[in-house]
Amino acid sequence: MADLSIQFAGIKAPNPFWLASAPPTDKAYNVVRAFEAGWGGVVWKTLGEDPAAVNVSSRYSAHYGVNREVMGMNNIELITDRSLEINLREITQVKKDWPDRALVVSLMVPCVEEAWKAILPLVEATGADGIELNFGCPHGMSERGMGSAVGQVPEYVERVTRWCKTHCSLPVIVKLTPNITDIRQSARAAHRGGADAVSLINTINSITSVDLERMVALPIVGNQSTHGGYCGPAVKPIALNMVAEIARDPETRGLPISGIGGIGSWRDAAEFIALGCGSVQVCTAAMLNGFRIVEEMKDGLSRWMDSQGYKSLQDFSGRAVGNTTDWKYLDINYQVIAKIDQQACIGCGRCHIACEDTAHQAIASLKQADGSHRYEVIDAECVGCNLCQITCPVQDCIEMVVQDNGKGFLDWEHDPRNPYAVRA
Amino acid sequence: MIESLNHLPHPRDNAATLADNFSDLAPPLNDRQARLESSRCLYCYDAPCVNACPSEIDIPSFIRNIHQENIQGAAQTILSANILGGSCARVCPTEVLCQQACVRNHHQECAPVLIGQLQRYALDNANFDAHPFQRAAATGKRVAVVGAGPAGLSCAHRLALHGHDVVIFERCEKAGGLNEYGIAKYKLVDDFAQREVDFLLQIGGIEIRHGRTLGVDLTLTELRQQFDAVFLGLGLAASRQLGMADETAPGMLAATQFIRELRQADDLTKLPLADRCIVLGAGNTAIDMAVQMARLGARDVNLVYRRGHEDMGATLHEQDIAKAAQVRLMTWAQPQQVLLDDQGRVRGMRFERTHLVNGRLCATGETFELAADAIFKAIGQAFDDSALDDPMARELQRDGERIQVDGQLQTSIAGVYAGGDCTALGQDLTVQAVQHGKLAAEAIHAQLMLNVEAA
Repeated sequence: MADLSIQFAGIKAPNPFWLASAPPTDKAYNVVRAFEAGWGGVVWKTLGEDPAAVNVSSRYSAHYGVNREVMGMNNIELITDRSLEINLREITQVKKDWPDRALVVSLMVPCVEEAWKAILPLVEATGADGIELNFGCPHGMSERGMGSAVGQVPEYVERVTRWCKTHCSLPVIVKLTPNITDIRQSARAAHRGGADAVSLINTINSITSVDLERMVALPIVGNQSTHGGYCGPAVKPIALNMVAEIARDPETRGLPISGIGGIGSWRDAAEFIALGCGSVQVCTAAMLNGFRIVEEMKDGLSRWMDSQGYKSLQDFSGRAVGNTTDWKYLDINYQVIAKIDQQACIGCGRCHIACEDTAHQAIASLKQADGSHRYEVIDAECVGCNLCQITCPVQDCIEMVVQDNGKGFLDWEHDPRNPYAVRA
Repeated sequence: MIESLNHLPHPRDNAATLADNFSDLAPPLNDRQARLESSRCLYCYDAPCVNACPSEIDIPSFIRNIHQENIQGAAQTILSANILGGSCARVCPTEVLCQQACVRNHHQECAPVLIGQLQRYALDNANFDAHPFQRAAATGKRVAVVGAGPAGLSCAHRLALHGHDVVIFERCEKAGGLNEYGIAKYKLVDDFAQREVDFLLQIGGIEIRHGRTLGVDLTLTELRQQFDAVFLGLGLAASRQLGMADETAPGMLAATQFIRELRQADDLTKLPLADRCIVLGAGNTAIDMAVQMARLGARDVNLVYRRGHEDMGATLHEQDIAKAAQVRLMTWAQPQQVLLDDQGRVRGMRFERTHLVNGRLCATGETFELAADAIFKAIGQAFDDSALDDPMARELQRDGERIQVDGQLQTSIAGVYAGGDCTALGQDLTVQAVQHGKLAAEAIHAQLMLNVEAA
């Protein structure tokens, strides 16, 4: 079996599956249950200065798919609402009892050096393996100048990271907010400040839905609501892109990345790792299913690695980074055309109407003698956009077939149609 | 009650057990089930299910409305194509119509969207403050409809919608036709047929005159004179006979007659129970008869058919219902003789086995006897000729025994239309009759309005 153990920014863990800083890691009770279930590590829910934060009720809301599966979750919870002393005591004990697991402590204190200088030694004394700076929380704490209010200003990110590196010997992971326009600016700032790693993404500002009877957004507190932080499967594509942006940025190349955002299966994890992550963090999937999901994640990842001949995570970590590039470097001459497997086709007409109404009129609807319809791709019209394949409900019915057009590689930089092309 | 079965005992079960035996065959979907099931619809374009629906309901649209919690919208979509959508949702053989056409039957899933159940859900749960259709301004035209079955009711509603006044002449005490008198009790529970008629009549402009029978106290000649147009939805009122000795002996009965009694019975414990019985036939009526007798408590129910399972008119789904009720389906045997006891009552039937010789059904010569307290004939319905007995009615062109109509549902006599089972057009199904009624109403409306414009 493949070796799932990792050493991430100097932190060892038996597997790459960590629980993200969130309700599942709020106290010893939960964390011990997580370790019993087999999680490789946890990032303890964010500690702050006393007095502890106070939370409202209710706190979560969801965006549902057609079968009521949760596509995304939204929360308006703040950092821990327990005292610093209790948290530190529990962290010390848990680390002592579970020495082989990664225990990282998330921190958020005001943006002044004294505040960080005061809390860091306390955390270091617990025996924790590292700290994660919560520069991402987009609700509540940001109104008080913390969380994403720091993460959205690269200078602040750099400055606080440097304070932490100065006043603490533990590895420092900087957790980034996605509520910015260019994630690389924040990552570069963390890197300049001396961060040992970055983790991303934190949650995205969101309102999941509106109660149209009461005319108030969800989750409801009294007769009001506020925006929360969005997480779960729906944010995975956004997270993957931001991870890739950092992984392929020359300024931050090699900076360890802990991937977060909609990870619920071994495949999700493998995708984040392929785009450059050294560990992954999970929250929503565990909140919806319990800690036991780590069993299937570990088993699935390890079997897939075996099937690919990967002995350790390093063998494939970052393997997809080199193949992720700017649009201008894509091969303009590459061409695919849709091909419908008529044996598999069930005649729903979805490909036809999608292409006919909204794309390239490249799928003909041919009425048959028995009243049914046969759908055929008009090769000359097909631009290979994938839309028909996406809307087709049948697995493997529409294949995008690579065309041998005899043309060699040509990117936009060298395309004669580009007025700004690089002339050889 | 039923004279020819008066000598039989009554069901052993008490009223509560019997009521349970005749409760909803397919219980309705709850909100969550409906939402899940509606999410399975692929919203096909040129949807095969719509092609397969005789009444052309926009199925993908109403299912999408259900999924988006717009139940009223879903119901209106259904009713605008099929005003009897509620009973069709319950009695349609969806397994050979919309659900057979559903693309979800493909090999990866082998399970269609439950279109019938979703249609029922929409109509059961839509909560209209007022009738969802408004009549057009009165045209002053009057149309006579003969028969308050699905065809007649559908025709009347659509005519009323267009502003015409309609008088329905109905032989029976209640409107609804086969929905009221001819469908297995567990398929249409809680007096649904009457509730649906009440809903339909809410549109206004429709008067039903009960106890009036064409050919008895009504003639086509006078109807054509008194009204601007006539629609005939006569159905098939006669039950086919075996043409065999002792066919009227006590213990012999047409299945439709028994089903009618059962449907109208307030107290099921008072019905006759044929503990051992034979049902002759292979259509859905034969199945309805056999299953209902089994549910009354009969322990030995044999359904006998002269050909094979694959030739049965009853769908596989119907055959499964029979099997689940412990009905024995016997094939390749035809009646040879009614067997009577010394009091002249049915004691059984002798059958001869059949087979195909060069494609022709022949007796093999082998015979066997089945003991039975009663024999129910469900070998098909026939057109009752006595309805067309006046000079004008006799002029109607016929298509075999049935009334000939063109694509507009017009008969050979101008201004006289017909639809439903009394015509040979399409299948003998409730949903087909509804469609005929609707199309005939549109044709009548077009004709009447054309005359108005010309004048």
